[in-house]
Amino acid sequence: MSVAIVRQGDVVIASIQSDLSDTEVIDLRQELAELVGIHRLRGIVIDVGALEVIDSFVARALRAIVLTARLRGAETVIVGIAPDVAIAMVQFRLNLEPLRVALDVDEALALLRHPNRKGAEDGG
Amino acid sequence: MDDERETANADDAQAREAEPAEDRAAASGRSDDRAEASGDDGSRKKAERSAPPSGGDAELLQELVGYLRENRTKLREEWAQRISDAELLQVMSEEEIFSEATEVYDNYMDALETGSIENLQTYARELSERIIPRGVETDEVLGIVLLLRDALARSLFARYQEDLGLLNRILDSYEPAANRIAVTVGVSFVEERERVIHEQQEAIRELSTPVLQVRERLLILPIIGVLDTARARQLTEQLLGAIRDNRATVVVIDITGVATIDETVANHLVQTVEASRLMGASTILTGLSPDIAQTLVDLGVDLSMMKTVGDLQGGLEEAERLAGYRAADLGDTET
Repeated sequence: MSVAIVRQGDVVIASIQSDLSDTEVIDLRQELAELVGIHRLRGIVIDVGALEVIDSFVARALRAIVLTARLRGAETVIVGIAPDVAIAMVQFRLNLEPLRVALDVDEALALLRHPNRKGAEDGG
Repeated sequence: MDDERETANADDAQAREAEPAEDRAAASGRSDDRAEASGDDGSRKKAERSAPPSGGDAELLQELVGYLRENRTKLREEWAQRISDAELLQVMSEEEIFSEATEVYDNYMDALETGSIENLQTYARELSERIIPRGVETDEVLGIVLLLRDALARSLFARYQEDLGLLNRILDSYEPAANRIAVTVGVSFVEERERVIHEQQEAIRELSTPVLQVRERLLILPIIGVLDTARARQLTEQLLGAIRDNRATVVVIDITGVATIDETVANHLVQTVEASRLMGASTILTGLSPDIAQTLVDLGVDLSMMKTVGDLQGGLEEAERLAGYRAADLGDTET
């Protein structure tokens, strides 16, 4: 299993441990969509800190997960993008919009708890 | 007796040659002439190198070096005299010139004798390190080396003028070696100079992009001067590192000190803001001058996702609002 999922209250933290294959992306999306309903989740944090590259495939997968979760009623925050990964993503014009991004899990939890405090986080 | 006669001959020759020598010195006083001359040296050197020297040449070279070593004192003085006549190296004292001249002369002889320029190269580099900070120019360095070459060639003329065939062969082996030495010293000097320039550029680049923390989790990045691609990239990296280290949520980029901006630079700024967002920080751009604002609009750069505020003060206020700080309001404290 390349994704560790931890639940804390009404938030789950999904930590991606290694590069995801197509089927793993679909599985992850399915699992998170189910968890939202089972635990009445309000928020999802996806930690991509272990990924050395975020390419268009991963970006599209993340977007699919976020949009799916949103339809089920949960907000998602992406965390753990390293500086050089961020630079590479910008150069490849992958900006993850309209996803929310935060520096780390602490930040993401604060953001989910007070969604209106930081207006510019959602880049929209 | 023999020695005396030779010296007399040499003086004679000097007197006869004096006029053209001055002409030549005057002609080479201009730096572009010198550049041309060194260019010629380079091509001649290459042509010379392709033909392997025969045994006779080596002997001639030995004789030549022997002769030049014997007359070291006289030639060295003559050379120092030529240097001061040409008004080169005016930032250095007579004694300094003389001691450097001695060392150059000895290294010159070694290089002539062995054909190996490694020692000379090392020496030239050290010499450059010493004299560049004192403001010695490229044309002066090339000038003194060419003067030494000329001084030695003159003395060879004087010594061998009776046997033109021998003189020719001596010059055949002297000229390529001398030219190679001149090129070596010149190149070493220029390389050292470029190294210094490069170091200073690095230093300026490091200094010119500080990332400052003004409040907890609030950074300012004042940009001053010219933004080029390399600097924009380095600036982005530095900013992202600082965002991670300080766990910043808001960054204010102030470009009051940037005079002009073009499309490339504007796109770099957009990329910097984007990358910051991916690190979880919002960015506020402040200090756009009227000219820059109009340029950006004319260029059609998409700044819709950037938050811009007129000046740094306004930017900080906006940043504090975003970061959750609030200015203490008297009305608030009373209630």
